[in-house]
Amino acid sequence: MSEPILDIAGLSKVYPGGLKALDNVDLTIRKGEIFALLGPNGAGKTTLIGAVCGLVRPSSGTIRAFGHDMGREWRQARRRIGLVPQELATDMFEPVMRAVSYSRGLFGLAPDPARIEEILRSLSLGDKRDERIMALSGGMKRRVLIAKALAHEPDLLFLDEPTAGVDVELRKGMWRIVDEMRDRGTTIILTTHYIEEAELMADRVGVIAKGRLLMVDEKDAMMARLGRTEAHITLARPLGALPPSLAQYPVELEEGGASLCYRGGDGTGRGKAEVAEITKALIAAGIDYTGIDVRESSLEEIFVSLLGEEERAA
Amino acid sequence: MIGWRSTWSIYTRELTRFLRTAFQSVLAPVLTTSLYFIVFGAAIGGRMPDLGGVDYGAFIIPGLLMLTLLGETTSNSSFGIYMPRFTGTIYELLSAPVGVAETLIGFVGAAMTKSLILAAIILVTARLFVDYSIAHPILAVIYIMLVAAAFSLFGFILGIWADNFEKLGIIPLLFLTPLTFLGGTFYSIDMLPAPWDTIALANPIVYLVSGLRWTFYGSSDVNIWISFGITFAFLAACVGVIAFIFRTGWRLRA
Repeated sequence: MSEPILDIAGLSKVYPGGLKALDNVDLTIRKGEIFALLGPNGAGKTTLIGAVCGLVRPSSGTIRAFGHDMGREWRQARRRIGLVPQELATDMFEPVMRAVSYSRGLFGLAPDPARIEEILRSLSLGDKRDERIMALSGGMKRRVLIAKALAHEPDLLFLDEPTAGVDVELRKGMWRIVDEMRDRGTTIILTTHYIEEAELMADRVGVIAKGRLLMVDEKDAMMARLGRTEAHITLARPLGALPPSLAQYPVELEEGGASLCYRGGDGTGRGKAEVAEITKALIAAGIDYTGIDVRESSLEEIFVSLLGEEERAA
Repeated sequence: MIGWRSTWSIYTRELTRFLRTAFQSVLAPVLTTSLYFIVFGAAIGGRMPDLGGVDYGAFIIPGLLMLTLLGETTSNSSFGIYMPRFTGTIYELLSAPVGVAETLIGFVGAAMTKSLILAAIILVTARLFVDYSIAHPILAVIYIMLVAAAFSLFGFILGIWADNFEKLGIIPLLFLTPLTFLGGTFYSIDMLPAPWDTIALANPIVYLVSGLRWTFYGSSDVNIWISFGITFAFLAACVGVIAFIFRTGWRLRA
């Protein structure tokens, strides 16, 4: 799992108008992982993907994929990389089978109708093989784009906003597809607006804003480091002051002493355990309560918090 | 090293695109050529004297061929590369392990093939109206292929330069067609009064029409080797521009 297959160093992209889309980005992707790149609109996610896939010319920096320099040995590297773009860009008049076969040939592989059939079936497109792409639904069209990207059996697959604009049912179907691709050993880099998506699927997460990679970490480690538990305990009778037994916990009285608020933990479950200890301490001190509301911070909150820190730093 | 499988994929896909509109692609040149022969060959041509010993109806065949060849080749090739840019499917080409050689042979080769098919259709249609023979058939085929290659490359450049449909059509419509009409398609430059006969030589299409006419009838307004030289020079210039486009990524890569 730890073998690097993509190594980006000091990558910058400044567009002719002066917009700095990427600012000295360093990133290493390991074989077999799912890496989620999170960031708001215009953060540089698509530019970063474009720079690796040959759609964008970097202003500076180096990109090495599978040990090949993308500037000099791009042919060898590109053979092993697949891209599913954000836009539904495909020849709408083509039948599905022909469109996917074209993609395989474009990447220099011999025709293999059996393999293409297999890919189509795995994406639930088997019965659509002879249909024109224009006749398919939006979700099916996106599957066709995935099939086209998989036609040359890439080792590294970029999914740029794979579930943008698709309904919940299809989104879940897409997550299943990504899971299956990971099981087959494909390394996946996906960009997404849906934090839930990254939280469910990614092994590692990178947060990008204004072209700068703010943080890259294991998803679980990031949750543990930056995650928080927040609990509100509604008291039966308002308190004037905190009992001494709660002094060791990060708690405070709110709403005129009617509610006890806990903010602590680290995303590993320590927060929940402390909330349980607090409730026992309250009972031991003879303090009655009528309700408890406990919630863990999500990756989304971590993401928003990181962006907030970045804004303040700027 | 050229990736021949990639090249073949691009080539066959482009030809498939052509075949999707095969009826229109074949019928249009047949109809247009027939109309030209009815109007210029039968109606007007009957009152025209032989030109350089060639019947007027036969005289206009190389010009008509060039008229269709330049227009169709340029538009086929420009559409071939413009449409992927317009629809966004160019991403696939740019992210694939294909370079300038595969792209050019695929797109330009397909545009050339379409043009040669059209040329054959026009010649067959012309035979229905006029009796003619070709003096240098091998040179004629080589010359047609050369012109088709040059204008396929030119169309490719147009397709990359254009950022809207208006620009895509403006060069063939406002420059290529008028220059072809004024380039001796329907008349010999000798027939023009001074100084127009000299001014006409500034029109590069004159050399193309004249070159093709020489391969048909063994005589023309300008020397055949000048025609070949100009066609080669134009082809080389187009290759140079395309090499620049791919090296810099102009209008292709952000």
